[in-house]
Amino acid sequence: MDFIQQFINGLSLGSIYALIALGYTMVYGIAKMLNFAHGDVIMVGAYVLSLAAVKAGLSPVMSIIFPVVICMLSCTVLGVTIEKIAYRPLRNASPLAVLITAIGVSYFLQSVALLIFGSNQRKVESVIPEFSLSLGEIHLSGEAITTLGVTVLIMICLALFINFTRVGKAMRAVSEDKGAAQLMGVNVNTTISLTFAIGSFLAAIASILFVSSYGFVGPYSGAMPGIKAFVAAVLGGIGSIPGAMLGGIILGIIESMSKAYISTELADAIVFSVLIIVLLVKPTGILGRKRITKV
Amino acid sequence: MLKKLMALTLAGAMIFSMTGCGGSGSDASADNGSDVIKIGGIGPLTGDAASYGVSTKNGAEIAVEEINEAGGVEGKQLELLFEDDECDEQKSVNAYSTLMDQGINVLVGSVTSACSIAVSGESSNDGILQITPSGSAQECTATPNAFRICFTDPLQGQVMAEYIQEQGLSKAAVIYNNGDEYSKGIHDAFVAKFAELGGEIVADESFTSGDVDFKTQLTKIKSSGADCLFLPFYYTEVANVSEQAASLGLALPMFGCDGWDGVIKQLNGDTTNIEGGTFLTPFVPTDSDEKIQAFVKKYNEKYGADPDQFAADGYDAIYAIKLAVEQTGGDLSNEALIDAMTKITLNGLTGDMTFDENGEPNKSAKVAVIENGAYTAKN
Amino acid sequence: MKNKKNIIYAAIAIIIYLLIFALVETGTASRQLQNLIVPVLVNIMLAVSLNLIVGFLGELTLGHAGFMSVGAYAGCLFTISCDLPAVIELPIAFIIGGLTAAVFGFIIGIPALRLKGDYLAIVTLGFGEIIRSILNSMDIVGGSGGLKGIEKSGNYTVAYVLTIITLIVISNVIRSCHGRSIKAIRDNVIAAESVGVNVVYYKMFAFVLSAFFAGVAGVLYGQNLGIIKPATFDFNKSIEILVMVVLGGMGNIKGSIIAAIILTLLPELLRDLADYRMLFYALALIVMMLFSSNPTLVEFRQRLFAKKEGGK
Repeated sequence: MDFIQQFINGLSLGSIYALIALGYTMVYGIAKMLNFAHGDVIMVGAYVLSLAAVKAGLSPVMSIIFPVVICMLSCTVLGVTIEKIAYRPLRNASPLAVLITAIGVSYFLQSVALLIFGSNQRKVESVIPEFSLSLGEIHLSGEAITTLGVTVLIMICLALFINFTRVGKAMRAVSEDKGAAQLMGVNVNTTISLTFAIGSFLAAIASILFVSSYGFVGPYSGAMPGIKAFVAAVLGGIGSIPGAMLGGIILGIIESMSKAYISTELADAIVFSVLIIVLLVKPTGILGRKRITKV
Repeated sequence: MLKKLMALTLAGAMIFSMTGCGGSGSDASADNGSDVIKIGGIGPLTGDAASYGVSTKNGAEIAVEEINEAGGVEGKQLELLFEDDECDEQKSVNAYSTLMDQGINVLVGSVTSACSIAVSGESSNDGILQITPSGSAQECTATPNAFRICFTDPLQGQVMAEYIQEQGLSKAAVIYNNGDEYSKGIHDAFVAKFAELGGEIVADESFTSGDVDFKTQLTKIKSSGADCLFLPFYYTEVANVSEQAASLGLALPMFGCDGWDGVIKQLNGDTTNIEGGTFLTPFVPTDSDEKIQAFVKKYNEKYGADPDQFAADGYDAIYAIKLAVEQTGGDLSNEALIDAMTKITLNGLTGDMTFDENGEPNKSAKVAVIENGAYTAKN
Repeated sequence: MKNKKNIIYAAIAIIIYLLIFALVETGTASRQLQNLIVPVLVNIMLAVSLNLIVGFLGELTLGHAGFMSVGAYAGCLFTISCDLPAVIELPIAFIIGGLTAAVFGFIIGIPALRLKGDYLAIVTLGFGEIIRSILNSMDIVGGSGGLKGIEKSGNYTVAYVLTIITLIVISNVIRSCHGRSIKAIRDNVIAAESVGVNVVYYKMFAFVLSAFFAGVAGVLYGQNLGIIKPATFDFNKSIEILVMVVLGGMGNIKGSIIAAIILTLLPELLRDLADYRMLFYALALIVMMLFSSNPTLVEFRQRLFAKKEGGK
């Protein structure tokens, strides 16, 4: 019985990781940059959600939709703005320079949140209607079910979008070769901006589900899930959309299982050891494509 | 080339700016005759641990204002200079030397244990009186110039072990933060004492700073047959644990440490999941005590929040300094102040206390229970 | 020509030392500056050693703080358990710290043979977290409370000597045939391999050497502070060092030195801004990166460099 419950715990944790990892992987796959500020966009989204939820004196349905829409809009705008101000001037610079800038952006968002909202964590009410499944001793919360469902849905939509639409095609072209894509008439800047818009939109969804599951947000709330999701994305093969999903779920389950049956103290060490072993066996992650260097 | 030159100039200018302020700084520290007592403060104002430092700073500021409004100490006004250390030992020592440049007479800090220990390594050479408001590790008061306001970690763990067994509970499940020495210190002492008193620790689980998901640990505890849950860590995580325990259908009596203070606010006043939770604390903001109510009111007016125990510790540290200065009759030399510390009796927010030669406070602990959305002091 | 350059460098090193000596011993320097000398030197050692991997070998690692922590714990444990006079004890402690870190450098070098780019970055990040997690659970080294009671015997002279040694070793290695092989691997692995560069050996060599000096820097850090705790050596610490390397310029040792000085002093100088300190630090970081890496500015700089090279 315990085993099943622990498995479900891992699954619900993993689906949060997977959801955040989708945003990471999306941006990485197309723009070829690690957006370290992704976790902090989620944090901003959670704050926006908490503000919007307080201000709304609307009907029950609207009081859910209104904050969600506001949160999605502001995250998307934020993501695109960050891209325009901080990342675009470095489009042709070394990837490391962009990485450091992303870290700078992450510090910036954290300090702004600290200045505006203070250092204490704040409670955010869940926007997901309360329900849960119970089977004997086993509990499955409504948040977990919703998160898992939404993550799968997003994964499918993203995969369809990238593989079967014109914009998706442009994105893939930019991902393969920016120069060649430009020659073929693809507007690289617009395409990358759009990628960030989608990535930040995913961050907004992640923040909604994250705070619904855990209920609190502080200036540094985005950092840890951000790193874990980064690990998940790499584990699954960074750049691969089903890979991010798989990586997140696996990471969550490993974490839960090692806490349950090996040691809570060493859980992090075990999670990272598994990651290293997987990468040694399969250097581009579980579903990552291997790029062959031709001379 | 241009960039290199610019970088070099920048680096040079930075160093120069620091040597520049050197001369005036060393003069000021020797200056005892001025009519201001400079109190240095160190704590995390940014970073993960920011809330502890900010609260301490706020509490200390209120105390300084009160004292100054009432005419100061021995005819001198207090001035609080508070520096950020981001909860990093190196930065804490950096902050300390910055404060020494500004000529502080007394030091309140650091707020966290490891930083406090690192700073006392330096401050003991200078011989300056150092009062840590909330550094609870045993070693914080190891040097002769160091005092503390709060309880030590082992003491809290032992007291709670006794208290829980007095309630007739003997199978405890513990969760603690493995990345936080405060939590680990209480946990270690609790586990040792609980077993010594004949109880059994049926589940001993941990997590690391930054974790928000405790369902795995709680699921394990659920099947361990525990009859109570001991949670020695801060209120932010306590709030998470209590909600997740409820979602898993785990309802055990919960016990905690002084870090719990603030949990009701954290839960927006909805305490259904933590009803009956009991913790050890020197300070309860809902205490009917006049002094505490006045402090809570001022704090709310000024900072728009309820004070936690860090704020109370910071407040008490300033009043301890006031008493020490009064004891010496305005003599601000380090030896006189350190000597005076052992002679004062502080009637503080966190209880009446005296300090022994080792720098430890002698004060009694209160047990607080969470009932109907409020803390209730229990004796 | 080369000798002349070496003499100039030696003279600069001695002059800087005398300058520090004069500033500290006469009390001209503020307490703040005196206290920052050792941290600055520690950061220079860390940045220069990381530059060997990131700048010269061209591999991204996010686990440099891990090497630092292993070295710090090994070296400081030695000084705690041994009771020798400082003159003998300290050098041994630095060597022990360095060697222990070097062993870990070797271990983490193994995946580096197979992995590239971001995958290696995440593995090294994981490695750093594993070390931290284990140190947190090891009660014999104080667990999360940290290792306390380290004799504080690190002073600016010791730190300065160590930094100079680090600089001499690393810059000589880079100018030697080893260094050229390492740079060849960075520029093109396949081409390097095809002309007979032993890629496995040189990758390992770079990791081990870099880890060694990070370990020494760690011991110095611990000796200077008297307490080390696992939480200090987290992912953010590695990032902090990486920022110095990138800002100073990849594969540019002088750049790393200058960046280490600026980035260590900057947060201290910003103290007057109080609450807005970290905000300005973040902004400064972004602006500095934009200025140093924006293609238009880089092109301008490269043109200047080209002129200089041509004139030689």
